[in-house]
Amino acid sequence: MQTIYNIMEAIIPFSFIKFDFMKNALLATILLTPLFGMLGTMAVNNKMAFFSDALGHSALTGIAIGVILGTKNVIISMIIFGIIFGLAIRKVKSNTKTSSDTVISVFSSTSIALGIVILSKSGGFAKYSSYLIGDILTISPADIKIMAIFLIVVYVIWYFIYNQLLLLSINPSLSASRGIRNALIENIFVVTIAIAVMISIKQIGILTINSLLILPAAATRNICSNSKQYHIISTVIALVCGIAGLVISFYAGTAAGATMVLIAAAVYFITYLKSNK
Amino acid sequence: MSIHNNCGLHRVNIENLAVYDGNKPIISNVNMEFHCGELTALIGKNGSGKTTLIKALLNERPHTGEIKYFDNNSNQITTHKTGYVPQQLAFDKSTPVSVLDFMASTVTKRPVWLGVKKELRNSIQKRLDDFNAGHLIDRTLGELSGGELQRVLLATAIEPMPDLLILDEPVSGVDINGLDMFYKKVTELRSKYHMAILLVSHDIGLIKHYADRIVLMDRTVIAQGTPDEVFQTEAFKNIFGYTLKEAENNADNI
Repeated sequence: MQTIYNIMEAIIPFSFIKFDFMKNALLATILLTPLFGMLGTMAVNNKMAFFSDALGHSALTGIAIGVILGTKNVIISMIIFGIIFGLAIRKVKSNTKTSSDTVISVFSSTSIALGIVILSKSGGFAKYSSYLIGDILTISPADIKIMAIFLIVVYVIWYFIYNQLLLLSINPSLSASRGIRNALIENIFVVTIAIAVMISIKQIGILTINSLLILPAAATRNICSNSKQYHIISTVIALVCGIAGLVISFYAGTAAGATMVLIAAAVYFITYLKSNK
Repeated sequence: MSIHNNCGLHRVNIENLAVYDGNKPIISNVNMEFHCGELTALIGKNGSGKTTLIKALLNERPHTGEIKYFDNNSNQITTHKTGYVPQQLAFDKSTPVSVLDFMASTVTKRPVWLGVKKELRNSIQKRLDDFNAGHLIDRTLGELSGGELQRVLLATAIEPMPDLLILDEPVSGVDINGLDMFYKKVTELRSKYHMAILLVSHDIGLIKHYADRIVLMDRTVIAQGTPDEVFQTEAFKNIFGYTLKEAENNADNI
């Protein structure tokens, strides 16, 4: 880790890099935001914006479970709960005639309430409020290692399921005719999103995490016409907005996650205006 | 590409097939067979279970009963390829997926966001050219007209060459010339590659013209045979009777 710190100090000519917490935050941003840009492309294709929003909110229960079990790092309990939560929504959605936004809303409300009830027991919720808007000071080198490991897993999964997921998003019967196991692929995607969202909550915050997944992809859709552009531009927008947001938040003294999201939102509106010309 | 000059797949048998929604049967006791080199049209009014049957054939919906594929010597074959042309694509029109991305993703595991290799692009271009759709390769799927989309979907469904080609006829968005062009191409595929084709259709006129056999469904098979045989049945007259005359006129105009 020290080597990485030294390299960062050597190549980045700004004063913020002197602080270790900024080094950690910058590393986390560089690791996470491209992932969000990439996964967002399919989340938007599959009309899953509301789903991923609910997933982010479910982190409260994940944290609560971690606290009850006394785990040292709540990231693990958040990831496990997030995966179960995502798969449960998908299962219920496919077994009921109720529209999916209602199902998602039921799950989302339940997990927010459950999380708040557990965490607020004996009046201690304030302790956890940093999870709502994210706090870059809480990112430890151990977190960064967990991120790096999961990232590699997610990239590998993404390489292998992308085309199948693309066909599934275009027409499920068509993908079935190609021998694709639709339910399996969807479940893998849900798990991937759950992992990505949960490892980023500490830094970005429960309230803003979903915007970072959706905005770069939504902005890119306004200006591109094939999968390659969609992927590359969305990834670059996410990375640039992430780094810019982090640096600005350092100097402006604002919450990093929300600052990143605001910049991404500005990019969205610029591309929107451009596409409507 | 397996070309069925010696008829790799000979027939498909559907035996006692049923699909349930909970405890309620959507279709039941479905028995039919169709052969290679034949275009079998599946007809029935809305809600008669045509789409459900297709989903069962594509293994998208769990079902009871058997779907068996036989080769020329009546040996059952377990590995068969199915091509499918959906009626429509229910995706967001603004989705940035080009025709090339879409077609490439059906034949390669290499993610299309890495771009499409030149050889693959060339082979896709050739296939599209065969369907008068070569100029569409870099358009997005959302930009295509109904007829253009149908041709792209058909060009996609024949690679790898399927043993069974399932077509869901578009209900709207394709004009009569477009439909006719589509059917001519399908007929050509049938005779050139001797594949079995199952077509879900709503247009009795076109079926009369192009189908070898007809299966009439109303939650189960209520009539099957050659077009002339099926058109004579009471079941057909009850469901479509009032359109037959009209249909014949349409067919005569083609």
